[in-house]
Amino acid sequence: MPKDLPVRLFAALLCALSLAACGPGESNVERGNREGVLHFGNGTEPQELDPHIVTGVPEHNIISALLEGLVAKDPRTLEPVPAVAERWEVSADGLTWRFHLREAARWSNGDPVTAHDFVWSWRRALLPELGNQYAYMLFPIAGAEAFHRGELKDFSQVGVKALDEHTLEVKLRHPTPYFLQLLDHYATFPVHRPTIERFGAPGERGTPWTRPGHYVGNGPFVLVGWRLNKVIEVRKNPYYWDADRVALQGVDFRPVENVSTEERMFRAGQLHMTQTVPIDKLAWYRAHHPEMLQVSPYLGTYYYRLNVRHPVLADARVRRALALAVDRKALVDHVTRGGEVPAFSFTPPGIPGYRPPAALRYDPQEARRLLAEAGYPEGQGFPRLSLLYNTSEGHQKIAVALQQMWKRELGVEIALDNQDWKVFLNSVALGQYEIARAGWIGDYVDPMSFLDLWVTDGGNNQTGWSNPHYDELVLQRAVRTSDATERFRLLAAAERILLEEAPIIPLYFYTSKRLVHPSVVGVYPNLLAYVSWKDVRLRATVSSPPTGR
Amino acid sequence: MIRFVLSRLLQAVPVLLLVVTATFFLVRLAPGGPFDAERAVPPEVLRALEATYRLDRPIWEQYLAYLGDLLRGELGPSYRYPGRSVEELIAAGLPASAELGFWALLVAVGLGVAAGVVAALRPNSWQDHLPMAAAMVGICVPSFLLGPILVLVFGIWLEWLPVSGWGDLPGDKILPSLTLGAGYAAYIARLARGGMLEVLSEDYIRTARAKGLPEAVVIAKHALRGGLAPVVAFLGPAFAGLLTGSFVVETIFQIPGLGRFFVQAAFNRDYTMIMGTTIFYATLIVAFNLLSDLVAVWLNPRLRDAFGESSR
Repeated sequence: MPKDLPVRLFAALLCALSLAACGPGESNVERGNREGVLHFGNGTEPQELDPHIVTGVPEHNIISALLEGLVAKDPRTLEPVPAVAERWEVSADGLTWRFHLREAARWSNGDPVTAHDFVWSWRRALLPELGNQYAYMLFPIAGAEAFHRGELKDFSQVGVKALDEHTLEVKLRHPTPYFLQLLDHYATFPVHRPTIERFGAPGERGTPWTRPGHYVGNGPFVLVGWRLNKVIEVRKNPYYWDADRVALQGVDFRPVENVSTEERMFRAGQLHMTQTVPIDKLAWYRAHHPEMLQVSPYLGTYYYRLNVRHPVLADARVRRALALAVDRKALVDHVTRGGEVPAFSFTPPGIPGYRPPAALRYDPQEARRLLAEAGYPEGQGFPRLSLLYNTSEGHQKIAVALQQMWKRELGVEIALDNQDWKVFLNSVALGQYEIARAGWIGDYVDPMSFLDLWVTDGGNNQTGWSNPHYDELVLQRAVRTSDATERFRLLAAAERILLEEAPIIPLYFYTSKRLVHPSVVGVYPNLLAYVSWKDVRLRATVSSPPTGR
Repeated sequence: MIRFVLSRLLQAVPVLLLVVTATFFLVRLAPGGPFDAERAVPPEVLRALEATYRLDRPIWEQYLAYLGDLLRGELGPSYRYPGRSVEELIAAGLPASAELGFWALLVAVGLGVAAGVVAALRPNSWQDHLPMAAAMVGICVPSFLLGPILVLVFGIWLEWLPVSGWGDLPGDKILPSLTLGAGYAAYIARLARGGMLEVLSEDYIRTARAKGLPEAVVIAKHALRGGLAPVVAFLGPAFAGLLTGSFVVETIFQIPGLGRFFVQAAFNRDYTMIMGTTIFYATLIVAFNLLSDLVAVWLNPRLRDAFGESSR
């Protein structure tokens, strides 16, 4: 009747809603296990799928399914294993490499993958106009850097040659022990020349060659679908030389930016694997589903930069005092709480053969002594320095903890200051800071990937710190020796200088954290959080997703 | 009437030009550029990138070139997604955002009008206090809290509805529409209650009742039309707001919409994308305001007469 009209409307709406709610049906994980398709939480929407343009981890995950370099990595040990190259030789001086490409290697349209493809692709990767931010991955090759900078116009002078269809010869400018690792970086992956040329010039950015239907790759999978902010679908490549070993029928890469959403999707069976795990969920998974939680050391360091151009921070004793006064164990146990490892060096542990120098420790007494020696006993007269970080709850917690530690141990007051990401980057690049947070992820498993940052005027130095002895060790002596032990000894000596002079304060080493559904086999913990797609398979399990409360 | 529409359309041109100009210079004034990253871009690469995107030219030249592109209907390439034009990104994100906005508006109007009318019919009784208290809560609870709560209850505990997605699984549009619509439903409830209370005390309602019309007819035929005028005036801006304000909901529910592009463009200093989305949204807002003015004129005879006089 009259008065219940709105009530009826309301009831009708509720009915409509509950009718529509007929249950979620088959989950992605159930369907994926049936079809052999892995549903992978992949962080952000990829910027591009062109290996010579992109820079991020999500892009890397997809590209390593679509393309393959001369070598690949063993997902357990990260040792280089044959990929397009079935074998290789290196000369005694470590300068000349000869790669023998397998004849069975094919592009996804059936064309053979040849040594010429690599020469052409590396030339493209180095073209200055392409704006490849990872062009430096090819710089160990003789002449590559000069070509990239436009100082050398003739690419035939660069040290890469196709001796025949299946033999590639590479000449390096220095012996580079980690050279094989670079050949599994997407910047050195081959691209299909006719496809690139069909859509534009080799040095042109953003041509549509990377779209589904256009993309021709040489990896275990081919690109079949790309819906923005939704999914990137790759399916098994029948032309792949090692197709017999590829167990998955495909991978659906789902860009999920919000870490809480990602975890909820995992719990609801929408994802087999996540990119990361929200900090506040770690304890729950440790207690209830430890078998689904994979936490492992990662090749990255969280640290603070000190601006040595600041009059107070110009004094190495002050910097060293700040570095020694930090209780890193308390920081990882009570603040970050993600299984991170306290950092007493800049290079993370786990690099085979390299032992970082023991030049840093938690020593508040020595810190107080150094600060007094520098003219600030008990922190008296010490100016109020500011600690800058980019706006984020995690960075803020760490900054607050450091602020308290420095006050407690040294009696110095530090002001906290946060800025939006791009503003922050700009401030640090312009040197408009006193102390600033930073993070560094290694490109390859070698101390060089961490230590070459700190050479004088290095693009990523940004502290103003400069030490000629350090420069000589890293840029001259370490790169020229072909003896691995001697090289590591020189690099460790350089790192000792870095830690004693302390233009940076290493805080902790990152861990990679992910959730992996029990049906997924062949995903191993390693320093690079690297997944070898052809080694992953799905085991049909009856285990249902964890619907935890 | 036609004259009214035309003059409003003409007014929109300087408004949009102002938006374009202000946005163009403001985004370039913000510290940090599109290619700044944790890992510093080598200077020679940066030069190549700036040349590709005309960023190496003087700013006024960039501005004129941009206006030229705009006149040709081009919004330029995105810096963040080098293989995509801004038009393509907007076209990719719009359908999901528009559909989400539509369902959310339906939720907002359905729940809001129902609650507002119930409240107005029994002022100061529990039928009034309950929906109005709910509305107050609806206004206060932000979507970044409401969304996860709804997901937790209906998605994870009860397992009635999917926790995320858009058009992948049956029912996955319900929670995002509810989350986004809830805040607006609350506003609409308060507007509807106010409007209805005012109208119900008017003489013509008393007349309608006095001539013996059933209460349902009085409410539905006479009272609603006038009483909902404030709601209608609010709908145009509300729909534009739902479209532009869906960033949080799109992120929580993993919806491939335009709101995410819009906000991320600002964080990324993706100049062309910021410009493109801002211009697009500004145009939408202007259009929807015009539309809701027209509906308001149609609903309110007094306004109609006023325009009738002036346009003659």
